[in-house]
Amino acid sequence: MKYEVVIGLEVHAELSTQSKAFCGCSTKFGAVPNTQCCPVCIGMPGVLPVINKKALEYTIKAGLALNCRIARYTKMDRKNYFYPDLPRACQISQYDVPVCQNGYLDIVVNGQTRRIGINRIHLEEDAGKLLHDQYADSTLVDLNRSGVPLIEIVTEPDLRSAEEAKVFLETLRSILRYIDVSDCKMEEGSLRCDVNISVRPEGQKEFGVRTEMKNLNSFRAVYRAIEYEANRQISILEEGGTVLRETRRWDDSAGKSFSMRAKEHAQDYRYFPEPDLPPIEIDDEWVEEIRKQIPELPAQKQRRYVEEFGLPEYDAGILTSSRDLADYFERCVKLYENPKTISNWLMGDFLRLVNEKNIEISDVPVTPENLVKLFKLIDSKVISGPIAKTVFEEMFDTGKDPEAIVEEKGLKQITDRDELVKVIKKVLAENPKSVEDYKNGKKKALGFLVGQTMKATKGKANPQLVNEILLEELEK
Amino acid sequence: MELYKLTVHEAADLINKREVTSQQIVQSTLQQINEVDKDVKAFITLADERALEESRQLDASVADEEGLSVLAGIPFGVEDNICTEGVRTTCASKMLENFVPPYSATVVSRIAQQKGILMGKLNTDEFSMGLTTESSYFHETRNPWDLNRIAGGASAGAAAAVAADEVFYALATDTGGSLRRAAAFCGVVGLKPTYGMVSRYGVISSGSSMDQVGPVAKDVKDCAIVFQAIAGRDMADPMTAKAMTSNYVQALADDVNGLRIGLLRECFDQGVDKDVKDAVLNAVKSLEGLGAHVEEVSLPSIEHAPAAYCVILSAEASSNLGRYDGIKYGYRVERCQDLDELYKKTRTQGFGDEVKLRVMLGTYALSAGNYERYYLQALKIRTIIKNEFEKAFEKFDIIVLPTCPTTALRFGDKVDNALAIFLADKYTAPASIAGLPAITVPCGFDTKGLPIGMQFIGKAFDESTLFRAAFTFEQNTDYHIKRPAIDWR
Amino acid sequence: MAVGITVKDVEYLAEAAKFEFTEEQKQKFAQALSDIINAVDRLAEVDTEGVQPTIHVLSVKNIFREDVVLPSMDRDILLKNAADVQDGCYRVPKVVE
Ligand SMILES: [Mg+2]
Ligand SMILES: [Zn+2]
Repeated sequence: MKYEVVIGLEVHAELSTQSKAFCGCSTKFGAVPNTQCCPVCIGMPGVLPVINKKALEYTIKAGLALNCRIARYTKMDRKNYFYPDLPRACQISQYDVPVCQNGYLDIVVNGQTRRIGINRIHLEEDAGKLLHDQYADSTLVDLNRSGVPLIEIVTEPDLRSAEEAKVFLETLRSILRYIDVSDCKMEEGSLRCDVNISVRPEGQKEFGVRTEMKNLNSFRAVYRAIEYEANRQISILEEGGTVLRETRRWDDSAGKSFSMRAKEHAQDYRYFPEPDLPPIEIDDEWVEEIRKQIPELPAQKQRRYVEEFGLPEYDAGILTSSRDLADYFERCVKLYENPKTISNWLMGDFLRLVNEKNIEISDVPVTPENLVKLFKLIDSKVISGPIAKTVFEEMFDTGKDPEAIVEEKGLKQITDRDELVKVIKKVLAENPKSVEDYKNGKKKALGFLVGQTMKATKGKANPQLVNEILLEELEK
Repeated sequence: MELYKLTVHEAADLINKREVTSQQIVQSTLQQINEVDKDVKAFITLADERALEESRQLDASVADEEGLSVLAGIPFGVEDNICTEGVRTTCASKMLENFVPPYSATVVSRIAQQKGILMGKLNTDEFSMGLTTESSYFHETRNPWDLNRIAGGASAGAAAAVAADEVFYALATDTGGSLRRAAAFCGVVGLKPTYGMVSRYGVISSGSSMDQVGPVAKDVKDCAIVFQAIAGRDMADPMTAKAMTSNYVQALADDVNGLRIGLLRECFDQGVDKDVKDAVLNAVKSLEGLGAHVEEVSLPSIEHAPAAYCVILSAEASSNLGRYDGIKYGYRVERCQDLDELYKKTRTQGFGDEVKLRVMLGTYALSAGNYERYYLQALKIRTIIKNEFEKAFEKFDIIVLPTCPTTALRFGDKVDNALAIFLADKYTAPASIAGLPAITVPCGFDTKGLPIGMQFIGKAFDESTLFRAAFTFEQNTDYHIKRPAIDWR
Repeated sequence: MAVGITVKDVEYLAEAAKFEFTEEQKQKFAQALSDIINAVDRLAEVDTEGVQPTIHVLSVKNIFREDVVLPSMDRDILLKNAADVQDGCYRVPKVVE
């Protein structure tokens, strides 16, 4: 039998406000434990929360970017449960009137556009962090993260494969970064994702029993966990068993998920309206003001790049995957008329080095001005393509002007015919075997000889000229 | 002169004229505390050394010609569910027996800014849940008018301390009537402000949507003075919506001419002591004689106020008290094998039975399947009650009723069932549920010589009218001057 | 209608609120809770058709703070009231996830 996989995601994204959701403590990541805390965010007796306006605005902004309806009246609620990372034993969250509802996000998977429904986006506070590793018999509680504002984005069960889930998350992350509401760093926990997954025989209308998967720390983990869990559920069904409604924990190193707790007795969180926070009314004017702050989003931008710059979909997709990269590209385009050349460089060496050095695009020391200068050096044949690569690497390390690098290191292309003839003659003399091969019809030998010549000139020779002279010399 | 017997405004006059010093006043008050508190037991924590030091500093730093705030140098007490930086704040619970807050409630800071002298922390019921202080982890507070009787609850410490001249005034909380009830039982003045008029920051939450802090004072003028000092917007409590615009002290007038008083019919039917009923009706008659219009008014739905109050309070408290888990502060059992054991042992040993009962009741009312029937229904009934009040206030400026259906009961007198709670809250819960301001003033004594309180409920944010009515009544009677006849010495 | 709170209910509530009781205490609380719930159960008889719940008695709304970082509290002061502190953190028995 063929099975269909049904997936819904619950994504938590920490908002990039400066201060926490309900107090003035900093949200900066990585501080010494419990140094970004105050009586409010550790829930001391008698203290009261006050809503950070920006956190609410970011929630609205995310809702608008994900095509949601923004509530005109909303409120905060309390979700009650005991856990050491939750100092008041209740989380300020939203229950029946989330800020955003009924949105969608279009994703492109294998060239097909799929519309994934967004059920809701609500504002809530993050919990603290439990440190388990230091001591065998105890757990330490660090409340720096307690009270950091979060949005929880809940999708409809519209995703049908691990690939779709991965693309959804990538697209979502890129949008949240575009609109500057979250830095979405999975490694710092500012983007977290739980996966609800079930399978059903193809054609069946009703959903199967779903499990909830937790502890997914990367997109790759999400992908693998879905594949694993779908297979696990399918084999249970194939063997005539039934899938248990439960929460499972993904162990990425083992490549397996483990049952955490059965969900038969769903926990009763006893939600009720937060009596300490006044309700929130959001009028059209406010919504429009926030809408104005939303920049062109990646999908629109991609379309524009194809139309305006004649770039292939693929290029446009990569360039618009991050707002910083797109901005960089557009600054280059203003200075240089060949978008495809820019795109090639950005997708090639530029991103390669960004990834290798694991830095942010905004921290790349190469300015668009200098990158364009490099292109012009190539165009005017001052340097060769291979040399340009070397120059670029140096620029990436030092941020220096390419002209200065070329000058300093004497990397100018050799275009003097006589000089090259001399070098080539020497190369031919040193490689009689290859000359012989060539003359016997092994045309491949030419490539080797070109290479040797480039090597001899430390890559500075004009490759076309080298080719031309070599052919002449070999024909002699 | 027995300085401790003075009112705030009398003492302030003497300090301002440099006839007495703050130290003299504090010393006199400490003497009185020494004398009487072994019997009254109003205090949980006495901050005597700190108080003496503060008064010494104040006396030393004040220049002769300098005008002082009216509260400067004058001793006050604080109910022990209001946080005081550096002075332990227990909520009368084993759970917080050793809790020393690193911050003060806004109301306390505001008095401190005016150089008021904190004498200590006053007894209450555990987490202000109770009617007698019998649920206090420390001791019971006794009524200065009759030591065999309760001084009310939960704010008994505050009311008893004021009545016994152990402090000039006190800050106390009122969620369903505790401040008013205790003030009435002890024959002093008490105000529960409009919800949102006084900051709750640093006030240990009980029923968050009803908790308010108010003054307990020896007379109406003192009450207005203290209210003036603590009320108004606070950025730390988003519910304090209104900036203060009136000067309540200056507005005090001996004048009720034309004041429209609604006599709350439902509160003079059955279930009220004859003495109480007669005293309040007499008092109303005297106001009528002074020019007020008095007419009966009916608010049929307030009969549901105590039950609705009980549900809302318990629900909110069940959530508010979740934070006491032994981890960040407060009582903690030692050597637990696992987390669940830590939670359960700590909370079971740290809280008394009254608190556990309330928390479980609230948990029940919020549980799936019960939420609509209890919690949501209570919130809807709150709407109905609120609407009835609003309608009544189209016709009346204030509504008058007894503060309590009885005078102070004896210890052990109370009927040991749930209904006792409802009876006690009967007259105070309506204003709490509707968020309205209410003041209690002494209006007579029963045949046993116990004080009787009369309550005025006003429109939201119209404390001025309450003060005016209460002040006028006081100016024309002398109940407020009477003090407990016990000879302490 | 009499609402009976059973010992089983008390056990459920105690679990949710993190209390533990002896059998005798469970009986006692079941009785006390039944009394109160029976008394408040009269609320259910009130006709509230079409009535909006009042969460906040005030008509306040939209009270916010600006996104400004304020100094946090000194950690030593913050942790002073905690019974068990290790490495600047609150310590609890090992939590197994
Ligand atoms: Mg959530
Ligand atoms: Zn904080």
